[in-house]
Amino acid sequence: MTQHVVNVVMSGVFHAAILFLVAAGLQVVFGVQKIFNLACGSFYALGAYVGVSAVQAFTDAGGPPWLFVLPLAAAGLAVGAVGVIVERGLLRFVYDRDETFQLLLTFALILMMEDAIRLTWGTAPRSTSALYLVYGQVRILGAIVPVYNLIVIGASLAIALGIGWLLTRTAFGRIIRATADNREMAEALGVDMRRVYAKVFTLGTALGTLGGALVIPATAAMSEMGIELIVEAFAVVVIGGLGSMRGAFVGALIVGVLRSVAISVYPELEMLLIYLIVIAVLVLRPRGLFGGAAA
Amino acid sequence: MTGRVVLALAGAAALAFPLVAPTYHTLLMLPFMAYGVVLLGLNLLFGYSGLVSFGHALFIGVGAYAGAFLTGRVGVRHLEAMVLVAVVLGALVAMPVGALCVRYVKIYFGMLTLAFGMLFYTFLLKFYRLTGGDEGMPVLRPFLLGRDLGAIPKTDYLAGPYYYYCLAVLVVAAICMWRIVHSPFGLCLKTIRDNPVKAESLGVSVTRYRWYAFVISAMYAAAGGALLGPPTGNVDPTLAYWTHSGNLVFMTLLGGFGSFFGPLLGAFAFIYLQDFVMSVVPYWRLIFGAILAIIVIFAPAGLMGLFTRRRPAEVSRG
Repeated sequence: MTQHVVNVVMSGVFHAAILFLVAAGLQVVFGVQKIFNLACGSFYALGAYVGVSAVQAFTDAGGPPWLFVLPLAAAGLAVGAVGVIVERGLLRFVYDRDETFQLLLTFALILMMEDAIRLTWGTAPRSTSALYLVYGQVRILGAIVPVYNLIVIGASLAIALGIGWLLTRTAFGRIIRATADNREMAEALGVDMRRVYAKVFTLGTALGTLGGALVIPATAAMSEMGIELIVEAFAVVVIGGLGSMRGAFVGALIVGVLRSVAISVYPELEMLLIYLIVIAVLVLRPRGLFGGAAA
Repeated sequence: MTGRVVLALAGAAALAFPLVAPTYHTLLMLPFMAYGVVLLGLNLLFGYSGLVSFGHALFIGVGAYAGAFLTGRVGVRHLEAMVLVAVVLGALVAMPVGALCVRYVKIYFGMLTLAFGMLFYTFLLKFYRLTGGDEGMPVLRPFLLGRDLGAIPKTDYLAGPYYYYCLAVLVVAAICMWRIVHSPFGLCLKTIRDNPVKAESLGVSVTRYRWYAFVISAMYAAAGGALLGPPTGNVDPTLAYWTHSGNLVFMTLLGGFGSFFGPLLGAFAFIYLQDFVMSVVPYWRLIFGAILAIIVIFAPAGLMGLFTRRRPAEVSRG
């Protein structure tokens, strides 16, 4: 019994760790730029594919399998640089427009990236074959958990702490929070908004692509994985509260674990339950659990 | 005056289309007309009320599945009954959903509609015994005006009687919507869109009017959904998926949400352009995404904006 519970909870927490990264990217962009980036799921998919290619190149070049996490994470972070291109090339034109247009522009990005991925990597699922269990498995209260899952959970926690440190303890973090609070005032105080926006969007993108890269050893990369994840990330930020980092953390845990529990108890419920919670939160408390907090 | 001439020409062209155009293109007109009905309704929310729904495919799903249920499970095969039941069901679902959604505007309205749409999508996907799961349900060929047309070949049926039936539905739907948006009710909606505070102080009940608009647009979407099923002979859950809702907003923007006929033009351009692009390269999303990005950035008034002289800046704040 405990074994089963631990299994369900641990797989939920692993999923939550990935979800948190994507949702955190969504939150930081929404907090500062007030753009709800529907394409965060596409960045996640992009990170996944680039991650597969990087790991393959690494093992083909004779790299030791137990080091595969390094090229994986590096590739996931590096491809976040597309954020600059997207921000400078597309988003900067619509900052002063109605949010409908901003939403639709990110929707356009989803369409383009989905096919760009198909064009580059083809339609067949891609996976990193047998690397998932290269670190072995451990027993936790009788349940068998892959060590890789624990590494990802730890990495995600570290990133959560890192973001917290970045936002509250550094000059850049103070600028981010000031901009999220009052853009005009921050600009009047001499903050170069173009650079802040470019940096923040790149940060958001890199969190998404890293999330995609880290999930790769556990599941195969598929071209639809992006649009499926965006609705889960959407649920996370609604439950947690738009723009709040703590909200992303708690929301990811709620969505990740609940989904895992629902799948094991009553599979029909799976996402149905999550959407019901999303609707309940939006109706009863539209700001979410942690809404109102800056960035 | 030129508007009327264009409209008369478009009407004549639509009537003559099956007689002169290749069957293939006539069949493409069927989804156009179904989407035309949907978008007429959607634009009551988007263009006239300023509310952008990212879950409107929910009501297309309701309408399409209502039709499938009637033909397959109940044994009623009259298209009139299918459309009627779809409209009634669409309204019944939209009443509670709309009551919750219209309390919010902007991004929260969009998110709530998206959540409801995905709730329905998951329901269609997971409750296999009721809905057929991811395979969906078959739609049997409906009777038109009480006549069983099962004897004629499928393409003749679709390109002939079914085509004109859809055209008639579209025309009736357009006339009704024209009356709605040019009535005092339509004026109230525009007032609410432009200045909700002032509308409220003038005695217009903002939430109630938004709710009316939501329910009416859902009825249109359901009617369009009922027309979408028969040409393919099948309905499946992707009809209610959120990207389908996104495509609806895309079509509306493509044509121009600032004008009455813009969404119809958008649906027409979307369907024929998609067909053309897919015949050249399999990657239509790449091209359509680029088109959408260009429209959003450079021509927010859509294709209609290219014909009229309104500056994009005027509509950019929707």
